Amino acid sequence: MSILIGSDTRVLVQGITGNEGRFHTQQMLDYGTHIVAGVTPGKGGQDVEGIPVFDTVSEAVNATGANASIIFVPPAFSADAILEAADAGVALVVCLTEGIPVNEMLAIWKHLDCLGTHLIGPNTPGLISPGTCKLGVMAGYIHQPGPVGILSRSGTLTYEVVHQLTSLGIGQSTCVGIGGDQIIGLSFSELLPMFQADPDTKGIILIGEIGGSAEEEAAELIARDVTKPVVAFIAGQTAPPGRRMGHAGAIISGGSGTAAAKIEALERAGVKVAASPADVGALMADIL
Amino acid sequence: MRVHEYQAKQLFADYGIPVAASAPATSVDEAVAAASELGFPVVVKAQIHAGGRGKGGGIQLAEDATDVREAAARILGMTLVTPQTGPEGRVVRTVLIESASDIAQELYLGMTIDRANRAITIMASRAGGVDIEETARTNPDAILKETIDPLLELRPFQAFRLACRLGLPTKTARGVSKFIQSLYKLFREKDCVLAEINPLAITADGAPIAIDAKLNLDDNGLFRHPELVELRDLNEEDPLEVEATAVNLNYIKLEGNVGCLVNGAGLAMATMDLIKHVGASPANFLDVGGGATAEMIEKGVHILIDDPDVKAVFINIFGGILRCDVLAEGVVAAAKKLDVKVPVIVRLEGTNVEAGRQILQESGLSFRSAVDLREAATLVAEAVKEAS
Repeated sequence: MSILIGSDTRVLVQGITGNEGRFHTQQMLDYGTHIVAGVTPGKGGQDVEGIPVFDTVSEAVNATGANASIIFVPPAFSADAILEAADAGVALVVCLTEGIPVNEMLAIWKHLDCLGTHLIGPNTPGLISPGTCKLGVMAGYIHQPGPVGILSRSGTLTYEVVHQLTSLGIGQSTCVGIGGDQIIGLSFSELLPMFQADPDTKGIILIGEIGGSAEEEAAELIARDVTKPVVAFIAGQTAPPGRRMGHAGAIISGGSGTAAAKIEALERAGVKVAASPADVGALMADIL
Repeated sequence: MRVHEYQAKQLFADYGIPVAASAPATSVDEAVAAASELGFPVVVKAQIHAGGRGKGGGIQLAEDATDVREAAARILGMTLVTPQTGPEGRVVRTVLIESASDIAQELYLGMTIDRANRAITIMASRAGGVDIEETARTNPDAILKETIDPLLELRPFQAFRLACRLGLPTKTARGVSKFIQSLYKLFREKDCVLAEINPLAITADGAPIAIDAKLNLDDNGLFRHPELVELRDLNEEDPLEVEATAVNLNYIKLEGNVGCLVNGAGLAMATMDLIKHVGASPANFLDVGGGATAEMIEKGVHILIDDPDVKAVFINIFGGILRCDVLAEGVVAAAKKLDVKVPVIVRLEGTNVEAGRQILQESGLSFRSAVDLREAATLVAEAVKEAS
């Protein structure tokens, strides 16, 4: 078991004929992901790695029964791609694109929330349920199936933590990159209850960073609703205020969004927070 | 991206948002000419990307041409230190000459991307003209808010309600309501992430006017506004950061002495934390990104070595899209061209890690290699100890 994606996930790739879309379609197929269709406007009728390409998402969904979409489309066209997937009834939309204007995402998020469509990202490496489905660009081989659910605002830092776990012989149920932008789809607070409800997830790792209040909201939810052990790490303890640290969302502004405040909130909720990024895996191993 | 007050006010004027008549000047003669054209009194205002300019002596009222000449001569070229610039301050290259307004009341108006509500929130306060962050801390109820539904956008009743809650008489509330709606239109159409008017003044005859103007634009939205890209002022940015941005590297200079080069923003921040955790201090944030080429890596190493504060270099890469062999080639190329006198610690993991490690080993250069983060942390601590 896992959350959001598993063996019954039928994947549609938007932007499948581009360089990145093509490369990662191959990588996901190699991992065993069930890819059923691709979409690129104007390229309908072609195929990529044996996967049929359609002009529109609606056509692709009607023909193949796709229930999840992954988007490899440039920033200027991503908002439209997300809406097209949601409109066609795709239940889970994963948008990897970095650089979508935040003013554009406000209405997109609200609309998808009204429809009940799950959005992951934008600006995410995607998500993976090891052994069954990879819907993203992470290296598959560092993962192994197991009991730890991971939620993260970061990409490579998540790989680091996954690698630590796998080296210790501990596998993962599902690893979700929620995205590094200011306005994103599913956040910690929406994903934590899914891990709490998943019988195969025995422990949860939350990887946060400076900026915003997602970690503080997660802490409140953990104290109230999560009985499974939670380990966390907050990146950016040494970041100066007012500077954007790579991610659009990683900025301390007006004294809010500091690592110290997030760590304090999580510790108050009973979460074990690792002081060093080198110790996250070991901390989870001690608990399990 | 930040813009100067005078640039923001030109945008305001385009959107019918009331501002006082003004003109920017880069020399004393220009300043005097602008003031004579506008008529006296005028205010001479230093243009830098930081607030608190009045406290640092960057804003001065001038009653006549002699005053303007004296003020412009003093402010142009000065290193202005304000609570927001840090101790090093900023060199003033432009002043804004603005007609002085007859101010009866000072309000605060702000607009921002509110992440908790995933919406734009408009904030207003009767406590204008002062440090609004201080007000937010000590008296949060003094800041009134309206959160805007992204699908419905700002509705007239919301703007008018906010103005009425400020306790303004009806005629003034109508004017402020119109002001808010025009600013919202600008915010949305120009992809802003922050707009702040502090103070928003009410003149003696009850009309609103923007005395200051702060606008932050969304870097991700700039591709839709080529005319706004031209407003970027490179003089306001760190030269090493500008150099890095030119080759698509994400670099921020910090105070410490361990230079670090990492792929991915989250891992880069975590690497800085790790350096701090072992008792050292990071000299920078440097994210080379997912699709870095060997040339970009080479440039990144170059920037680190060029920084005289750097006593040790820590390269921490978890290869995904960026392959470890590509990384290693870039590091070796840079190290061979440069005279690297500081210890270089390299930790590689992920895609093509074996090939990457082999390239480093066979280069004949003395890298200190770590297999995991814990070992890397120990090596960094040792290197810093040697240097001190």
